[in-house]
Amino acid sequence: MMKNTVKAFLAVIFAVVATPLALAQSVIEIEPGEGVQEALQEALIMAEPGSVIELKAGRYEFTGGLSLDVENITLRGAGMNETVLSFAGQTSGSEGLLITAGGARVEALAVEDTPGDGIKAKGVDIVTFKDVRVEWTRGPNAENGAYGLYPVESKNVLIDGCVVKGASDAGIYVGQSQQIIVRNSRAELNVAGIEIENSYFADVYNNVATHNTGGILVFDLPNLPQMGGHSVKVYNNKVVANDTPNFAPPGNIVATVPMGTGIMVMANREVEIFDNELSDNASTNILLVAYPREYNDPTYNPLPRAIYVHGNKHGKAGFAPDQAVKDIIEPRTGTPVPHIVWDGAVDGIWAAFFGPDDENAIYISEPEGTTFANLQFVKDMILPWGASVDTDIEDYAGELPSRAAVTLPQEK
Amino acid sequence: MFRRVLSVLAAALLSMTTIAAVARAEINDAALLAARPAKLLSEYGLFSDYANQMPAEGVVPYALITPLFTDYAHKFRFVYVPKGEHATYDAKEVMNFPVGSVLVKTFAYPADFRAPEKDIRIIETRLLIRQEKGWNAWAYVYDEELKDAVLKVAGKTLPVEWTDEAGNARSTNYVVPNKNQCKGCHTYNKEFSPIGPKARNLNMDYKYPAGSENQLAHWSRVGVLEGAPAPADAPRVPDFLDASAPVDARARAYLDVNCAHCHRLEGPASTSGLFLTWDEANKTQWGYKKRPVAAGRGSGGLDYDIMPGKPDQSILVYRLQSLDPGVMMPEVGRTMVHEEGIALLKEWIASIE
Repeated sequence: MMKNTVKAFLAVIFAVVATPLALAQSVIEIEPGEGVQEALQEALIMAEPGSVIELKAGRYEFTGGLSLDVENITLRGAGMNETVLSFAGQTSGSEGLLITAGGARVEALAVEDTPGDGIKAKGVDIVTFKDVRVEWTRGPNAENGAYGLYPVESKNVLIDGCVVKGASDAGIYVGQSQQIIVRNSRAELNVAGIEIENSYFADVYNNVATHNTGGILVFDLPNLPQMGGHSVKVYNNKVVANDTPNFAPPGNIVATVPMGTGIMVMANREVEIFDNELSDNASTNILLVAYPREYNDPTYNPLPRAIYVHGNKHGKAGFAPDQAVKDIIEPRTGTPVPHIVWDGAVDGIWAAFFGPDDENAIYISEPEGTTFANLQFVKDMILPWGASVDTDIEDYAGELPSRAAVTLPQEK
Repeated sequence: MFRRVLSVLAAALLSMTTIAAVARAEINDAALLAARPAKLLSEYGLFSDYANQMPAEGVVPYALITPLFTDYAHKFRFVYVPKGEHATYDAKEVMNFPVGSVLVKTFAYPADFRAPEKDIRIIETRLLIRQEKGWNAWAYVYDEELKDAVLKVAGKTLPVEWTDEAGNARSTNYVVPNKNQCKGCHTYNKEFSPIGPKARNLNMDYKYPAGSENQLAHWSRVGVLEGAPAPADAPRVPDFLDASAPVDARARAYLDVNCAHCHRLEGPASTSGLFLTWDEANKTQWGYKKRPVAAGRGSGGLDYDIMPGKPDQSILVYRLQSLDPGVMMPEVGRTMVHEEGIALLKEWIASIE
């Protein structure tokens, strides 16, 4: 066994070839086979910064998690269906691959069936996932790992052309990060397709989120090192037929996401949602709500503020509401539940009656025929006789300035 | 139990001084400072006898009041600070060790835990070396004759067997961590960092060959440490197994050493918002009715990290009881359930109102 490992490692060393360029970039080649766990892990540890680790086409079996802590490493396969890293037999490690060094690029490979998260990047500056597939091959199952692609506490995050299927929490989850682009990706059969949580400056565009429980979520949660999520743009996405029953383990916030939610904003400020195609979401296409649970964090703001929704194309929605949409919203709005629902949770009595200040308001400028409801929860609680639902979408017309696009150093 | 092993070891040290004098090792400071790790543990000269874990002169054995659980492995700890240098005292965090210092930890399994001084299988020695650029960690796995140990960069899994205190046969696949896994826990503000040698966890008597002495006092006396107050004025955690200490302090001491290296604002698990350091005062932050953040199925369908009065409804207990890599905590260093730790945490949570 040990001899094999040494051999595998030597093979790796001898496979190092310098490119003819003056800026020599060493390439370490890895092939599937026995001892690959140690060979690849050793390469990930011993690689010089700036190296490329190339994983030849084939199926790789791992029993433990992999980790990368060397700066500026590219881990490149031969394609998301050609180079498959299977973790079905994993007995240790909380994720398939953990990245803790900046300048990382993972490209053209698949990670399958991790007991925990797929690929996690923690606390790094510059991380790119390009044409990566993360999948739990048995389909939706509460025993699947939580997150597929999971950058957290990171900066300059690019997720491009990726596919994530079967995550029991969020397929693509970006948490407590800033300067983020998620584009051209497909999230399918997850509880949450794409989730941007407690993050600043995120552009989410040209993605497809389908057959998840909820398509795209923009959340902010209390009691975390980075809070006050803001400046998120969600546009040109196709968010259709999110029809997988919620299979998240209870206790997690996504376990409360109703089946058939298109785009959901919880807390956060300055969120722009536009030019998306939304249809066949059985609860509602767009849901704007306050954090619903009790919390004891005086620095946390639970409300969605400065939300601008415009130019989205709405198909059929709200025809079979689930969870809170069924229990709380449908009794007030009837069926179908409108395309866009805001809970109307606002800060204070004045705002309850006259709406939030302009800079904190909710603006809706959607095509003719789009339906809307403000549930006016706060007003409803204040007035002894309650408050009825406001469905007059015209009252919410207006706009907020659009933020400049996120630019990332790895794209320069 | 653990301390008994050490005192036996200390006795062995005394009785073997003559042999040690013959095989006396010279510490290789240059090897310790080199960028590349030595291939063999012996190149550092930290031990005069590997099979009996006898340290070279200037290498001081120590123990922690409440140690980290690592699959019931017995641990022999040593500290080395270059001649003429000293670590400086820190009341709260790890002592500040000078460049050239090493923290040495050997993992071993006695064949029968009821006779821990006999037939000890020594698995590996991990070194945390303080170099110019910061700390570096390497693991060395012993050969069968225990004459030397070989560097293992990518880690290793080894089957081990033993008989526990109750006479039950136990076994597990012991995991030698790779360098990145070491850093998985040994990180403070993104820098590689030691965990154990904090004042509060060292502040107890240790049976040295020359007699029993408080470790902080001993370290100060032999020049390993400077600036330490009298032991009575230094902080101290209880032994988590000391039934005479308050259950709250024992549980917090256990969480401090087993979890808080990651679960603190400066640690790898900062993203969770669960902070388990000894002195964390914010109730939500140490888990009291705190909701999970990114636990996934690690939540076990439960709502809170710590549900007061209800250990079986607390995520903390659920994850410590699990062996599923997608659920278990800590994430590395454990392939078995620590029954004694679980029992203490359950007792503690049951007592919380």
